Amino acid sequence: MSAIHPDESLAQRMHGLQPGEQPSPRNTPIIPGTSDDGTLSEDPGKRAPCVLGDRSFEDVTNIVCGYAEAKMPKPWLAALTITSSIAALGTGMILYLIITGVGVWGLNNQVDWAWDITNFVFWIGIGHAGTLISAILCLLKQNWRTAVNRSAEAMTIFAVICAGIFPGIHVGRVWFAWFLAPIPNSNGIWPNFRSPLLWDVFAVSTYATVSLLFWYMGMIPDVATLRDRAYMRLTKGVSRPMAIPMPIGNDIIVPQLPKPDQIRVLVYGIMSLGWRFSSRHWHRYEKAYLILAGISTPLVLSVHSIVSFDFATSIIPGWHTTIFPPYFVAGAVFGGFAMVLWLMIPLRMILPNFSDLLTKRHLENMAKILLLTGTMVGFAYGMEFFIAWYGANEFEFAAFANNRVNPAKAPYWWAYWTMITCNVVFPQLFWFRKMRQNPLVIWIVATAVTIGMWFERFVIIVTSIHRAFLPGEWHMFFPTWVDILTFVGSCGIFMTLFLLFLKFLPVFALAELKVVMPQSHTHDDH
Amino acid sequence: MIPKELISQAADYFPMLLRKPAPKYVSESGNRVYGMVAEFHETPKVYHAAEMVRDAGYSKWDVHTPFPIHDIESAMGMKTTKLPLMAGGAAITGVIIAILLQWGTTAYLYPTVVQGKPFDAWEPFVPIMFELGVLLTAFMCIFGMLALNGLPRFHHPLFSHERFYKVSDDRFIIAIESHDPKFDPAATRALLEKAGGTEIALIEDED
Repeated sequence: MSAIHPDESLAQRMHGLQPGEQPSPRNTPIIPGTSDDGTLSEDPGKRAPCVLGDRSFEDVTNIVCGYAEAKMPKPWLAALTITSSIAALGTGMILYLIITGVGVWGLNNQVDWAWDITNFVFWIGIGHAGTLISAILCLLKQNWRTAVNRSAEAMTIFAVICAGIFPGIHVGRVWFAWFLAPIPNSNGIWPNFRSPLLWDVFAVSTYATVSLLFWYMGMIPDVATLRDRAYMRLTKGVSRPMAIPMPIGNDIIVPQLPKPDQIRVLVYGIMSLGWRFSSRHWHRYEKAYLILAGISTPLVLSVHSIVSFDFATSIIPGWHTTIFPPYFVAGAVFGGFAMVLWLMIPLRMILPNFSDLLTKRHLENMAKILLLTGTMVGFAYGMEFFIAWYGANEFEFAAFANNRVNPAKAPYWWAYWTMITCNVVFPQLFWFRKMRQNPLVIWIVATAVTIGMWFERFVIIVTSIHRAFLPGEWHMFFPTWVDILTFVGSCGIFMTLFLLFLKFLPVFALAELKVVMPQSHTHDDH
Repeated sequence: MIPKELISQAADYFPMLLRKPAPKYVSESGNRVYGMVAEFHETPKVYHAAEMVRDAGYSKWDVHTPFPIHDIESAMGMKTTKLPLMAGGAAITGVIIAILLQWGTTAYLYPTVVQGKPFDAWEPFVPIMFELGVLLTAFMCIFGMLALNGLPRFHHPLFSHERFYKVSDDRFIIAIESHDPKFDPAATRALLEKAGGTEIALIEDED
């Protein structure tokens, strides 16, 4: 057993085929005296490796498949228990809302959009990073994206699911939501195609469909790898029996149930559609991938532009602004990258060998994108304010000065300044190399940005409408417990789906990782 | 039963209706032979081997690789796929559907005064024209890619080869079909050996 390769041994141990308590990861080449893992070189002539530790193709397969083939780890089960309980709570809140009506939320005559639409824009914005990484960075030939694209795309799908809930349920009588679809009906009524709200329906549903297909298509070869490995274990007779995990003590082994590998062969077999890694297939696959990347790029920009039209085409001061589309898109990318980093940095610490595939260079690159988009968002905040003053529209200026910025006059000043601190001030830390190379600092900034981006949407939506043109129409918005628990529940749904993804699907784009390894080159001479 | 002449006439247009041709080669166990496979361990080797198979004039063969090898298309002498054209057609179809849907309903079926704008103004139709164009292109990309690849497919003779399962990990396999006009058990084996292939084996088609 001593001759067996460390990565293969790790994969087998994670799968329960080999005894051993703590899997020992291979040592990454850390330059002595620094926290550099060998990827932080500033020499432009030297390309940082995307996969560390001198790995072979087989090692990478073992590492990535090991995560999906491992026995359900206890911490994962504990986390899933918590998040799925929160998700169930959120589902209960949605049912309560549907049964009782939107009155259970804190909405009033003046503030008729509040946390519901805030949450919608928050989640749909988070989704944008996945498409950005998989499409725009693909077109720009940024090889480092292969480390994060799969998980970021998964995150996109789950965020769009969370986003889709809120506009669906905020309509009040949910059973009439089909009125949004252009379906011939006996009333002869058709939806109003001149409304940005209807454009939004088309944009978000197209985005959800295309992202899902993109994600699935990228996964076909990797799922085929999982299928083949499970099949090989079955034919060699080394599959473990089904075991039911218990909170304490040993798992209960049930030999009567089908083995996990038998289920894998069936489910992954159907999911991989009979993929057999043919070069003729790869050729069409790569073309399809490139076209999808090409159309997803304008798509991702269009979706958040259209979301911003929901506000920008109205005549409410604070909403009626032409800067909204680019401002929303930059904010979406910003918030999405923060969420990717927020999820990936803890995983990098917990999962063995994860940090060899997601190197410090990857984190630094993403921190740079946070700095760029954060500064763009900061510029947009400034420009919005400048135009409110320079445009000489006193209502627009009042919406900013009296409703948002001035602590003496604006009741929501704290929300505005939280947004500024989290979104504009925190990312500026990344001007310093030490800061953007420190995973803990990046994680803290990512947390701040996620909070800040929620507040940004809250500030745009609620502070603009809580005071209309007449002082008699001024009302504050106070969230009810249903408001709060529905939002918390949507976070639970998101995390539950992400945890399931981590356990059952390939977390890294395996085939794409192999392409960026030096062994994939066809000529030995360079 | 359908008369045989009808089937043969239809087969001019739909060749897949025809029964498979009689096996050119039959193994000792009586099964038809699908083809011959050879294994390679390194990317440059399989690339140069593919060039040799191409130059030997084979047409029904394939290279199975764990990841898309850069420029294997030219090493195999592959023609560029028609998929981009098909996707373009789908994009135009999507835009036309969006125009008909919006213009038909807004200007004719249910004309409603919205902010005093003309019923048939085209400007508000642009976002949905774009979205439907993208949606149909994406459908064509993925489903068209799968259809051209002949997927989904439940089984393939190569899956009966135990060593084929390593392709999804780190192995490269060149498979030459027995229906290739140039296929000859001895000559093909010699070619694959010369190209540096190991574990050369005949694959049976179990049906």
